[in-house]
Amino acid sequence: MTQNWLGLRAGLVSLALFALIVGVWHIATAGTGTAVKMDPEYAKLMGATATQGKSAMPGPAEVGAKIWQHLRDPFYDKGTNDKGIGIQLAYSIARVGLGYLLAVAVAIPVGFLIGMSPLMSRALDPFIQVMKPISPLAWMPLALYTIKDSGISAIFVIFICSLWPMLINTAFGVATVRRDWLNVAKTLEMSPGRTAWRVILPAAAPTILTGMRISIGIAWLVIVAAEMLVGGTGIGYFVWNEWNNLSITNVITAILFIGVIGMLLDQLMAKLQRLVAYAD
Amino acid sequence: MSFDDPFDADRSLQKRGCSCGGHATQAEHDTETLTSADARTARIVESAVVRALFPEDRSRRAFLGAVGASTALAAISQFFPLGLATEVFAQAAAPEKKDLKVGFIPITCATPIIMAHPMGFYIKHGLNVEVVKTAGWAVIRDKTLNKEYDAAHMLSPMPLAITMGVGSNPIPYTMPAVENINGQAITLAVKHKDKRDPKTWKGFKFAVPFDYSMHNYLLRYYVAEYGIDPDTDIQIRAVPPPEMVANLRADNIDGFLGPDPFNQRAVYDGVGFIHMLSKEMWEGHPCCAFAASKEFVTTMPNTYAALLKSIIDATAFAAKPENRKQIAAAIAPANYLNQPETVLEQILTGTYADGLGSVKTDAKRIDFDPFPYESFAVWILTQMKRWGQIKGDVDYAAVAQQVYLATDTARLMKEVGLTPPTSASKSFKVMGKDFDPAKPEEYVKSFAIKRGA
Repeated sequence: MTQNWLGLRAGLVSLALFALIVGVWHIATAGTGTAVKMDPEYAKLMGATATQGKSAMPGPAEVGAKIWQHLRDPFYDKGTNDKGIGIQLAYSIARVGLGYLLAVAVAIPVGFLIGMSPLMSRALDPFIQVMKPISPLAWMPLALYTIKDSGISAIFVIFICSLWPMLINTAFGVATVRRDWLNVAKTLEMSPGRTAWRVILPAAAPTILTGMRISIGIAWLVIVAAEMLVGGTGIGYFVWNEWNNLSITNVITAILFIGVIGMLLDQLMAKLQRLVAYAD
Repeated sequence: MSFDDPFDADRSLQKRGCSCGGHATQAEHDTETLTSADARTARIVESAVVRALFPEDRSRRAFLGAVGASTALAAISQFFPLGLATEVFAQAAAPEKKDLKVGFIPITCATPIIMAHPMGFYIKHGLNVEVVKTAGWAVIRDKTLNKEYDAAHMLSPMPLAITMGVGSNPIPYTMPAVENINGQAITLAVKHKDKRDPKTWKGFKFAVPFDYSMHNYLLRYYVAEYGIDPDTDIQIRAVPPPEMVANLRADNIDGFLGPDPFNQRAVYDGVGFIHMLSKEMWEGHPCCAFAASKEFVTTMPNTYAALLKSIIDATAFAAKPENRKQIAAAIAPANYLNQPETVLEQILTGTYADGLGSVKTDAKRIDFDPFPYESFAVWILTQMKRWGQIKGDVDYAAVAQQVYLATDTARLMKEVGLTPPTSASKSFKVMGKDFDPAKPEEYVKSFAIKRGA
């Protein structure tokens, strides 16, 4: 009962905050300023910002209308450089998915190796420590130069940025599995492979999933920047293209879409995390 | 324009101006009579040949004056089969590859490359070209070097830089056509509207699109002429064009020498004014170029010829003022430039708001002329040398020839057994100072403000 009451109140506060933000936004951008006196011939050649002193920042109504326009027709295709926002988001999600799955395929086995072998843990540590803090976008020129394909380069950048949190978390999770459980497995004469699969994996799963959740968040952050760099398709390209047109309305719209998709991805991982959670 | 009749004694091949006096330019005069693409192609080839035979305009005039145009035509045809050369160019076999990707940067310089898509110039020459918008100059360079693009829109110094290995690995590159001439401007923030004298610009921060760009060289040249050292007295940074307007609004920069539409866009959005069009510094300067790797040119000659013909065709169409409005409408949508149509119209028609309250008219604000004069390349190399981008001895003529003349003209001439010309040159003035492409080293030395030895 108290839980419900709390949820209701929180919802109300959220709504009030939202209304406040939109209200302040509306007031801040509503003013049309002073209209400058101009020769009509000249004024015809100028934009509304210059002639009516209209704010360069769009108001909430404009952004709302834009969002509606995108939602109504998300999958249009008007040529190579002009596709609907749904198609752009699909490209980005596909890139993130591919890079991320590759990273999972590498990070989890290597993480197991590091977690189970103190020798490898120490040997690989310096490499991981140096590679981990490198901004994934710093890899971009190198990737473009060596891979010689911008699409694969973007996927590589996603791969490299989602690798480290998963790797480190897997190694940590594997290394900290309770001794008792391993000892029990030993007493039952389980093979190392079986131990890894039946004992260590379930025990370390929550930690591994935490790493995967962090990774997907980072991957989604990075894809936008990567696509702004390489262009072509994807939501990052969409932002860049609208930035080119100085269309702040579209940029804000894209930012909201990016946020919503990011949240959905995170929720998905959270759900998986709950599936593997266990009480000690 | 390269469509001038080279057998007309009264006509200069090297300068602009109409011989009958009824047209603003020779090109206009000629395109009225030379409407079909075939006639234009023939004219280009003829011009190239005659220019090769008579590098000196004076000797060409003397020759034509002495023997008459028809005799000259017959005489030249005897040892140089003009008809054949034209045919090789015009009736090339079917392209080896039909589906091509051409990269472009969304600025008005790319007009011929872009408009050829919606207006059907590629299809007309049997090609299915996808024009792909690209985020920046470094990316377009890398994607072209990676062969993701078959050809691309580049800044005219870039093929030179790539070939020489400045800022990338040395890879033989060619620049078969200049896309646009003029079409750039210095835009300053509105708050500087009283500082029109460059001498007052000390401490200003400027943006240019790329280190290896005409913009960079022109801005440096311009301020240096007023005694301002571009490396110590002002700051010049490379900023992607769309960010120039935003940076100007945010007061991060005081001005920029950038490509359109962003000069006009700064005016349109009320954040800047046009201080000076680049054509006022150097009338007819090249800016952007159509570039392809030497490998593409040699392995797929027919595709390359078809592609180049599409571009030459589109460029000729764009050179006519009456077509400009139609072009503005064709390239404004999000698939191409993604800009308000009125901004593009102001740029292409040359009737524009200057940002200070008056409407100005300059039909040559941007113009289109495909011929890659070697002297352009030599001038660019002198500026690269002047500002220390290249060091040591430079074989100006050789590099210029390799990049700007390893082109169609030269190839076609070789195919029919002639040695390509050593001077497809044109002399010009930059801010009133004569440039002699034969003496690049002296030219570099003649400047008071320069880097290195």
